[in-house]
Amino acid sequence: MSAQTIAGQEVDLDEEGFMTDPSQWNREVAEQLAEQIGVAPLTDEHWKLLEFLRSDYEEEGETATLRRVTKLAGVPTKDLYRLFPKKPAKKMAYVAGLPKPHGCI
Amino acid sequence: MTQAQAMPVPSFAEESERKLCIICSKGTLDMAYPGLVLANAALMEGIEVHMFFTFWGLDMVNKKTMSHLKATPVGNTAMHMPQAISPLPGMTAMATHMMKKEIDKLDFPPIDEFLQQVSDAGAHLWACKMSADMMKLDQDEMFDEIEDIIGATDFMEMSDGAQIIFI
Repeated sequence: MSAQTIAGQEVDLDEEGFMTDPSQWNREVAEQLAEQIGVAPLTDEHWKLLEFLRSDYEEEGETATLRRVTKLAGVPTKDLYRLFPKKPAKKMAYVAGLPKPHGCI
Repeated sequence: MTQAQAMPVPSFAEESERKLCIICSKGTLDMAYPGLVLANAALMEGIEVHMFFTFWGLDMVNKKTMSHLKATPVGNTAMHMPQAISPLPGMTAMATHMMKKEIDKLDFPPIDEFLQQVSDAGAHLWACKMSADMMKLDQDEMFDEIEDIIGATDFMEMSDGAQIIFI
């Protein structure tokens, strides 16, 4: 675990680089994280997903699966892979400042 | 401010060279899911995925059968039911109904939806020529996202360098 300053904000990261405290997240941090993994700049489409993921996490206490995202946020699978290429579930969670998802779907 | 350590960034920023071929040879509900779950998981990890449907696995992509796959307790001791009653009328329907309900509870999609999902995520779907010939099935009778009907040698070429899972 390491403490870092991202976009002027103190954040704690686990060994892999995922944020460990979702309350340290803000939009500027998200932009920086997106930059780190090559998905910047974030568009409205990205934000819609990130905001869904954040609010779902708040209610459920765990990172939503891709299936949950497609069903509840109404974003098709193809778009998820277009917006967060190759590893959409992990990349979305990373930029949203949430724990790595563990669901199989 | 200088930072004590460099910022760790998850390794998923790197490209994966991994390629996975899944051979689906069974047409029962319980044997259809493992291939789809693995394909989906691999796709979520950025791995190139090919699914090859052969023999009874063709039922998974046959438009007539794909939404009606069944799970049967007959000969399946893992369903923990006395084998003498497993062939009775209605038992397969009951086992199928129960399995579908449990799968839905876990929020896994039905077969046709799942195939669409892995296809949308970039999986390549192929049907086996020998099986299609044997079952007299044309490509237009199969799930729309099947790319082609190919022979075993084509599959060998295509799976060059891939990891292969046979189900």
